Amino acid sequence: MTTTVIPPDSPPSPPPPPPAKATPTRPGDKIFRGLSRGSGILLLVVMASIAAFLTFRAAIAISGNEGNFFTTFDWDPAGNPPVFGIAVLLYGTVVSSVIAMVIAVPVAVGIALFISHYAPRRLASPLAYVVDLLAAVPSIIYGIWGALFLVPYLGGLNSWLDSYLGWTLIFDKTEIGPARNLFTVGILLAIMILPIVTSVSREVFLQVPKMNEEAALALGATRWEVIRLSVLPFGRSGVISASMLGLGRALGETMAVATVLSPSFLFSGHLLDAGGGTFAQNIAAKFDEANEFGRDALIASGLVLFVLTLLVNGAARLIIARRKEYSGANA
Amino acid sequence: MSQATMTKDTAPTPAPVAPSLAGKRLPRWSPIGFGALSLALAVGVGLAADWQSKVQWGLIAAILFVVLTFIASSAVEGTRQAKDRVATSFVWVCFLLAIIPLASLLWVTVSRGLKVLDGYFLTHSMAGVPGFEVGGGVYHALIGTLEQVGLATLIAAPVGLLTAVYLVEYGKGTLAKAVTFFVDVMTGIPSIVAGLFLLSIMLMFNLQPSGFMGALALAILMVPVVVRSTEEMLKLVPNELREASLALGVPKWRTILKVVLPTAVGGITTGVMLAIARIAGETAPIMLLVFGSQLINTNPFDGAQSSLPFYIWEQYRVGSEASYDRAWAAALVLIAFVMILNLVARGIARWKAPKTGR
Repeated sequence: MTTTVIPPDSPPSPPPPPPAKATPTRPGDKIFRGLSRGSGILLLVVMASIAAFLTFRAAIAISGNEGNFFTTFDWDPAGNPPVFGIAVLLYGTVVSSVIAMVIAVPVAVGIALFISHYAPRRLASPLAYVVDLLAAVPSIIYGIWGALFLVPYLGGLNSWLDSYLGWTLIFDKTEIGPARNLFTVGILLAIMILPIVTSVSREVFLQVPKMNEEAALALGATRWEVIRLSVLPFGRSGVISASMLGLGRALGETMAVATVLSPSFLFSGHLLDAGGGTFAQNIAAKFDEANEFGRDALIASGLVLFVLTLLVNGAARLIIARRKEYSGANA
Repeated sequence: MSQATMTKDTAPTPAPVAPSLAGKRLPRWSPIGFGALSLALAVGVGLAADWQSKVQWGLIAAILFVVLTFIASSAVEGTRQAKDRVATSFVWVCFLLAIIPLASLLWVTVSRGLKVLDGYFLTHSMAGVPGFEVGGGVYHALIGTLEQVGLATLIAAPVGLLTAVYLVEYGKGTLAKAVTFFVDVMTGIPSIVAGLFLLSIMLMFNLQPSGFMGALALAILMVPVVVRSTEEMLKLVPNELREASLALGVPKWRTILKVVLPTAVGGITTGVMLAIARIAGETAPIMLLVFGSQLINTNPFDGAQSSLPFYIWEQYRVGSEASYDRAWAAALVLIAFVMILNLVARGIARWKAPKTGR
C-alpha cells in the first residue's frame, strides 16, 4: 500500500486512454460463434436433406411402380411391368420388433432394477458396464452369431413351441427346416436392444426421490413393495420412452436380420416358418442385383423406414423431455 | 455424526430383551440351501428321465428354486416376504439372462476366430483367393476400415464438438431447441437410412462408390453421439471457471478454447472414442456406398474398398467352411478393436473425470 502512494506533486499521469468502444464483439468471438452456430445449422440441414433426397428418389420409383406400393405382395422392380410393395416388409418389421419388445422390456426392467436396487453397491457400476458391452458388439457379429450358433440352438425351442403351443396357430410350424424365421429374429433383436432399454430405465430408477422409497420402507414395506409402490410408478414414463428407443433400434436393424432370416415375399402368420422380411433386410438382400430403378425402389422402402423410426424416436424423446420438465429430480 | 455416536454410547442398554419386533425370518443361508437342493433334485429328475439337454436341467432347477423358496417363505415369513423373495430371484434371473448371450457370443467368436487368425491373415488380402478355399486374409479390409473411420472422425468430431459448444455456451431460443431435438432424433436414424441418403446423392450426381462416400454416411451416424456426450461433459464444467476467465478480460472464444474444453477434454475424448467404436462396426452403409473389393485399395477417394464388417458379411455369404472361418477371424479382429477402444475410452473417462469443484 505504502509503495503505491503517489506523491501529490508528481507530474500528472497521462490522461486515461479514451474509454474503449463498447464492443464485446471481437472478431475471434464472431468467427467462433458463427462456426459453432453453423455446425448446429448444418445438422438441421442434413436432417432436412435426408428427408428431401429420399422423398425425391422415392417419388421416381413410386411413379414407375405398376403395383400398389402399400398392398403388393411382391418385389420385382426389374420386371416388366415393375411391381413392388411394402406390405410384407412392414408386417415383418413390425412383428419382429414387437417380439423383441415383448422379450426385452421385462428383462431390461429387471436388469435395471437389479443394478439400481439389488446389486451390491460396489458391483453396480461394473455390472452396468458389462450390460453396456452388449451394445458395443457390432451388429454384423450378432448376425453371424445368430445365424451360425443361435439358429441351430433354437431348433429345439421351436419344435417344443410347435408341439405344445401349436394350437395358437402363431407357433404352428408347418414346414421342416432351420429356425431362420421371424421369431428367431425377434429373439436376436431383443438381445441387441437390451442395453439401451436397460440404461435409460436405470437412469430413471436412480432418480426416484429417496423420500418416496424411505417413506415406503418406514411403513414396513418389503423391498419388492418399495419398488412396486414408489419406483415403478415414478419410472413408468421413463420405461415407456426407453422401450420406444429400443423399438426404434429394432425397426432399423439391418445386418443381424439379413444374416439370420431366410426371406420370402409370402405373407404368413406362422412365426416359426422361415420367410417374411424387414425393410432393412430387404434393402441389404436386394441391393446387389438392383438396377437404378431397383435402387430407387429400395430407397422408397427406406423412406418408409425413416419415417417410422423418426416417429418412434421423436415420440420417445418428447416423453422424456416432458418428464424432465416436471420431475424436478434432476434439478 | 459424533452426536449420534455419543448418544448411542451413552444410551441405556435396551430394556430387558423384549420379544423381537421383527417377524420370523428364514436363516441367511436359505437361498443357497434351496439352490443346492433344487439343483440336486433337477439333476435327479434329469437323470431319471434321461434328458440330454442341460438347458432343461437348468430350467427345472430354476423353477424348483422359486417354488421351494415361495412355499418355505410363505410358511415361515408370510406371503409378503415370499413375494419379495420371488421378485428378488426374478431380478437376478434377468441379469443372468443378459450375461449369457454376451458370454456365449464372446466365447464363440474367440474360439472359432482363433482358428485362422495369424500374421498371414492380417497381412494379406483376398486377391486371387476363391471364396470357398482356405487362405487369404483381411489386410485390405483393415485398411479400408481404418481409412473410412478416420475420415468419418475427421468430419464428425469437429462438427459434433462445435455443435455441442453451441448448445452449451451460446444456444438459446428456438434454434438451440430444434438442434437438441434433432440431435436426439438423429441418434435413432438406422444406419441403412444414412446409407440410402448418400446413395440417392450418388444416383443424382452420378458419383462412383468410394471409401469417402462411406465415410460421409458414417459421419452422419457419428455426429449425434459426439454431440450428446460432449454436451454432457461441457455441462459438468463448473461455471466459476468460465466466470473467472471472463472476469480477467479473456474473450469468450478463448475462454472456451483454453478453459472450458481443456477441463472437459477427458470426457470428450471418451465420447469420441465410443462413437468411433460404434461406427467401426457398421456394415450397411459400406455395403451400399463402398461396394467392397477383394484387392488392396489405399485410396479412399477413388474406387471400391472393403472394410472389416463388410468383409465378415461377404465371407458369411460365400457359405463355405473356409469362408466361415475367415468371417469368425475377422469378427474377432473387429470385436477386439471395438472392445479395446471401449476399455481405453472408459479408462480415460475415469482417469480424467472433470473436477466438479466439490
